[in-house]
Order: sequence, then structure tokens, then C-alpha cells
Amino acid sequence: MSLIEAHQIGVRYGGQRVLHGVDMALEKGEIVTIVGPNGSGKSTLLRVLVGALKPTSGQVTRQAGLRIGYVPQKLHIDPTLPITVDRFLNLPHKVGSAAMATALTHAGVPDVGARQMVDLSGGQFQRVLLARAILGRPDVLMLDEATQGLDQPGSAQFYRQIDAVRQELDCAVLMVSHELHVVMSASDRVICLNGHICCEGTPEVVSAAPAYRELFGTGTGGALALYRHEHDHDHHHHTAAE
Amino acid sequence: MLDDFLVRVALAGVGTAIAAGLLGCFVVWRRMAYFGDATAHAAVLGVALALAFNMSIFLGVGLVALAMAVLIYGLSPERGSVDTLLGVLAHGALAMGLVAVTLIPGQRVDLDAYLFGDVITVTRMDLMIIWGGTALVVGVLWWRWSALLTATLSPDLAYAAGIEPRRQQLVLTLMLAAVVAVAMKVVGALLITALLIIPAATARKYAQTPERMALLSVVIGVVAALAGLRLALLMDTPVGPSIICVAAFMFAATTVAHIGRS
Repeated sequence: MSLIEAHQIGVRYGGQRVLHGVDMALEKGEIVTIVGPNGSGKSTLLRVLVGALKPTSGQVTRQAGLRIGYVPQKLHIDPTLPITVDRFLNLPHKVGSAAMATALTHAGVPDVGARQMVDLSGGQFQRVLLARAILGRPDVLMLDEATQGLDQPGSAQFYRQIDAVRQELDCAVLMVSHELHVVMSASDRVICLNGHICCEGTPEVVSAAPAYRELFGTGTGGALALYRHEHDHDHHHHTAAE
Repeated sequence: MLDDFLVRVALAGVGTAIAAGLLGCFVVWRRMAYFGDATAHAAVLGVALALAFNMSIFLGVGLVALAMAVLIYGLSPERGSVDTLLGVLAHGALAMGLVAVTLIPGQRVDLDAYLFGDVITVTRMDLMIIWGGTALVVGVLWWRWSALLTATLSPDLAYAAGIEPRRQQLVLTLMLAAVVAVAMKVVGALLITALLIIPAATARKYAQTPERMALLSVVIGVVAALAGLRLALLMDTPVGPSIICVAAFMFAATTVAHIGRS
């Protein structure tokens, strides 16, 4: 069976309908990206799948004993709270120092263990969150706009890291993003969300779909061209490197 | 030994400083200072209640602080602050308490004792309650430390780890009510928040991990309590405010030293 199955998910905040009739499933080892404009319910859907939010209607079925590694949207640590990277990785459960070193290495930040969390750069911080998420050897890695605040090369690098982690751990990856050009080329499947699922499929299928064009294409003539150009370019580059 | 009033006073101060020092870290990390104020100020209403119904001051204060804490917990959203609402509750409760105390028939109540503390008159019974409350706070924080800390760092990370952040918030809320009841006798309703915040804020500059900050905060609180008591005896000043003066001085001195070094 699938790792996670969502059936007819609906979420309301107050009177506002945020999600309705969402059906989706996540299979072992695949990379799935959820894209959609602001307020389309991307993060809400992810939080429902993680279990942080109870849907108003519908149900989520997780495989028994499913381990989820979660990388939240930029985490704000209050500067009054002193915490080293090592201590952060040991919350809420203690892990061995070997496991900690391995996770940090996989995430691409092997030498930050003794640093204070608040002193890390944006890219290092997100990588530490990634390290924390993979500590429990998850079956699914979930990332919520994990590259917010990173510049373009920074986020491209971060996604390459995730790809490496996926190959190492053989886990599925489910991420939410608005950085279409970077993300889509790395995904097996893209889900375009706007309250409900507008369209889904391989990156090529979705970027050509009318529903997707309608959401992201209208009124952004130049920008869309740029996206498409960079998308093609990036994709090309990616295949060439393989 | 407990018959010596100085020993009793010192023990009361130390017990209170331990509970406040520990919980104070969470108050600082979660920016709950106003929350502390509201709960503490409501204590004056508790005093009025206790006098009117002829029950123990600790019980009255504890009950009202608990009610206030739970009320704020119920009103506050999962994220974001409720600054204005807390301000209304804090000062509304204080004003109501002040009015209610004067309305109690038959006795002139010495308000200063409840507003600024009256540790000189601490009894052995008081001491037992103070240390009982402190033991409760220390025990609960010890037991739930990891969950509380994870929820404080990020509610989402807590959820993903199977920890319910709202429950952790409730635990801290209840502990706050306990600390208010404990600290009332020593520093009084108006200065409880100071005893929560100042030692923790002073400790922050010298700590690399949350645990060390908590430990250091306790040490600083205890030093302030003992030095404040000494100061009060020397200069014949009220004990509670003297303790806070010492704590504030330590904060100022370490801040200046810190700026000087960097």
C-alpha cells in the first residue's frame, strides 16, 4: 500500500474553506512537490499529512509505524533561548553522537555541532533542520517551503542535498514550494493545488496543463518565459550531470 | 533551627527563587512576561477572596491564579500573542483585587504585605507550602523537560514528534499559578514577574544550552534572594523589593560587563 493516503480531505478555518475534496497518495521512494499560489492550502495540506492538523472532513491513512521527518517552514528561535546544534538534534529524544555526526554530514553541515542555532546562516540553519529530520531514518521526508530565505544558488544547492539524502536513505520526499523552476525539475510528480487539486502529473505534464497556466501564467508574461527558460535549462543541466 | 526567623526567611527566599528561576526561563523563551503579570496581579483578588471566606491565603491566591491562568490559556490562540487582552486582564484583576480587599468588612487589611511581600512573618506552615510548591514545579519541569522545550522551540516540530504543544502550554500555565502562590509571601503580587524574568535574563548571557541557562538562573535567583535579605536587614528596607533590586543590579552589571567585552 501507499505510505500515506489522503481521502477527500477538507479543511475549514472559521468560515473559510481552505481545502476541499483532496485525494492524494504518496508511494515509497518518490519525490512529490505540491505547488500553488499563496493561500492555496499547500502548508495546510502538509500539516494535515504530518498529523499536526485534524482535517474538518475526510481521512488520512498512514502506513503502520510510518516514520516522518519534517522540515518546517523557516523556524524562528527566540534569541533568548540558547541552544547548540547538538542539543537541538537531541530534542525531544536523545540520539547517539555517531548518529548525530552522520546526519549532519548527510545534510552537508558536518562541522556545526557546537555552534549556536541563532548564529547559523540561513542555508546552514535549513540544513540542520534537514539533519534533524533524517536522524530518525524516516520513510517520508516532508519539507514545507524549506528554502524560504535562501537565494537561488542556495536553494538549488539545498535541493541537490535533498536528492542526495533521498538516494542515501531511500525515503519518499513530499515538499511544498513556490519555486517552480527549481523544484519541478527534481520531482517525479507535481501536484498543483488551489484549494483543491487542479492538476497533477510529471513536471512536463503539469507545466503544460491549462489549469497550471491559469494559476501561474496569466499576467506574468515575461516572468513565465523566464521560468520556462530556467526550468528547461536547469533540467538539461541536471540530466547532463547524471 | 527552623525556629530562628532568619533561617525561615532565608529558606522561604531560596525556595521561591528556585521555582521562579526555573520557570522564569520558559517565561522568557516564550515571551510570557505579561502572562505572568496577569496571573500574579490576579493574586490580590485571591487575597480578598481568602479573607472574605476565611480561608488560607495560599489557597485563595492559588485558586484565583489558577483560574486566571486557565482563562488566559483558553483565550490565547495557538500562535501569536494577546498583548492587549493580557494587559486588560492583568490590570483589571489588580484593580478589582484592590477594591475587593477594602470592601471586606471588619478589618483593615495591610495591602503592602500582599503587594510587596511580607516574608518576615513567614511561619513553618508557610515554609512547608512554599517548599511543597517548589518541589512540585521542579518535579513537573524535570519530568516534562524535553516535551516542554520542543514545544517552546516550535509547535510544528512538536507535532511531528507526537507532542501536543497545547498541552505543554497548559502545563506551563499551571506551573505559573503554582509559582505565583509560592512567591506571593516573599516578593508580593507586583514583583513576581520580576523574580521570574530577571534571573533568567541575566543567565542568558552566560549559557550555551537551555539546561545551563535554567541552572544558572536558579543560582542567580538564590544569590539575589540571600543578598537581598541581607540588604534588607542592614538598611531596614522591605525584603521583596530588596531582592529584586539585587537581581536587577546583577542584570545591569553583567550587561555592562558583557558589552565591555564584546
